[in-house]
Amino acid sequence: MKLIRAFIIGGALCVIAQIFIDKTRLTPARILVAYVTMGVILGGAGVYGYLVDFAGCGATLPLTGFGYSLSQGVKKAVDESGLIGALTGGLTATAGGIAAAISFGYIFSIIFKSKPKR
Amino acid sequence: MLSIIKLSHAPSIISGASVVGKKEYDGPLGTDFDIHDNDSTFGMDTWEKSESEMQRLAVNTSLAKAKLSPSDIEVIFAGDLMNQCTGSAYGALGFAKPYFGIYGACSTFAEGLAIASMMLGAGYYKKCAVVTSSHFCSAERQFRFPIEYGGQRPPTSQRTVTGAGAVILSLDGAGPFICDVMPGIPIDMGISDANNMGAAMAPAAINTFKRYFDETNTSPSDYDLILTGDLGMEGHSILCEIMGTKGYDMSKNYNDCGLMIYNCKTQDVHSGGSGCGCSATVFSSLILKKLLRHELNNVLFAATGALMSPDSIKQGMSIPGIAHLIHIKNERI
Repeated sequence: MKLIRAFIIGGALCVIAQIFIDKTRLTPARILVAYVTMGVILGGAGVYGYLVDFAGCGATLPLTGFGYSLSQGVKKAVDESGLIGALTGGLTATAGGIAAAISFGYIFSIIFKSKPKR
Repeated sequence: MLSIIKLSHAPSIISGASVVGKKEYDGPLGTDFDIHDNDSTFGMDTWEKSESEMQRLAVNTSLAKAKLSPSDIEVIFAGDLMNQCTGSAYGALGFAKPYFGIYGACSTFAEGLAIASMMLGAGYYKKCAVVTSSHFCSAERQFRFPIEYGGQRPPTSQRTVTGAGAVILSLDGAGPFICDVMPGIPIDMGISDANNMGAAMAPAAINTFKRYFDETNTSPSDYDLILTGDLGMEGHSILCEIMGTKGYDMSKNYNDCGLMIYNCKTQDVHSGGSGCGCSATVFSSLILKKLLRHELNNVLFAATGALMSPDSIKQGMSIPGIAHLIHIKNERI
């Protein structure tokens, strides 16, 4: 069922990133940027859509999913408004996610106090 | 031309104190430290203020142990890892004494001891305090991301020690004495991996040790203990191996504060401890106690530092290392 597929695919994407952290000199920031970029490329090529159909949130939640949203947003905006869509489409499609990240980040930073891991 | 500085009026380390966070207190040296705080805030609302508080506590505790008051010292040498040495500057405010802020990355404690002992040895001052600190959270904010970001650390990285170590140096004292000092030369071997500081700093340690052994015509076995600040597992093995190929066997009496302060197997600290608080706390606690009890009588202490900045890393520059060496003996030469 989709719940299990989401878990497996989402987990697999995280495992790949962890392997990069453990075995290569790539910094976490570089890995995250690579993930967004891969999502854009695979989304633009029409490939990532199949993974989203197969695994639902397991494909859209990891950062590759964010890149996928960017690519789909750009496609839609270019179809509707022409070339300017290349600039407006990505942010429009991911506006909800970005606003959520900022709002929740802000709210939680007010409620909770950060401290180092035990 | 010799680069060693021999101190004819060798100053004495008359007391030392260490202040650490929870993880350091839970480590193998836990009970050797004077003060610890369970949540690493030390009662402050920012990590930078916590670091200043740690420095204040370390200096005050050190003064109390020597039965001195702040007015008895003439100058404070202090440093930390933050931009503009924020922790040190604000920490020194309360003492109302002349303050020299210094930066040598993780070598700052040895740098402070070197400069302070040279000034005392030359007769400019009679009593001073040397203190350095680091804090895991402020270092993450400084060099990588604030801890709120939740970033993951790779296996070869080291964990910045939350701790401050202070000593009081005096020209009247019964030892242990800082007899000579070898200032470090910055060495850059082209390592640019910020997650492998040990490899970046080891060449500087090799350079300093080799110059020291050559100029003093001594070998590693002439000393009770040779200590580096935070080379970690990788740097430790590089140092032993390369010094071995040059004819200096450091396998018997060489240790590293970064490997002593944490239990690398159980505390999830990857390659060991780092930060200028690492060498400062280990030296001001365990090592000083052993020197005072005469369990150690002849020690070489070389803290190593990686001289990069967050901007130099982003610009792709490699990481130069430096190692300042202090020679401490229980008798004046």
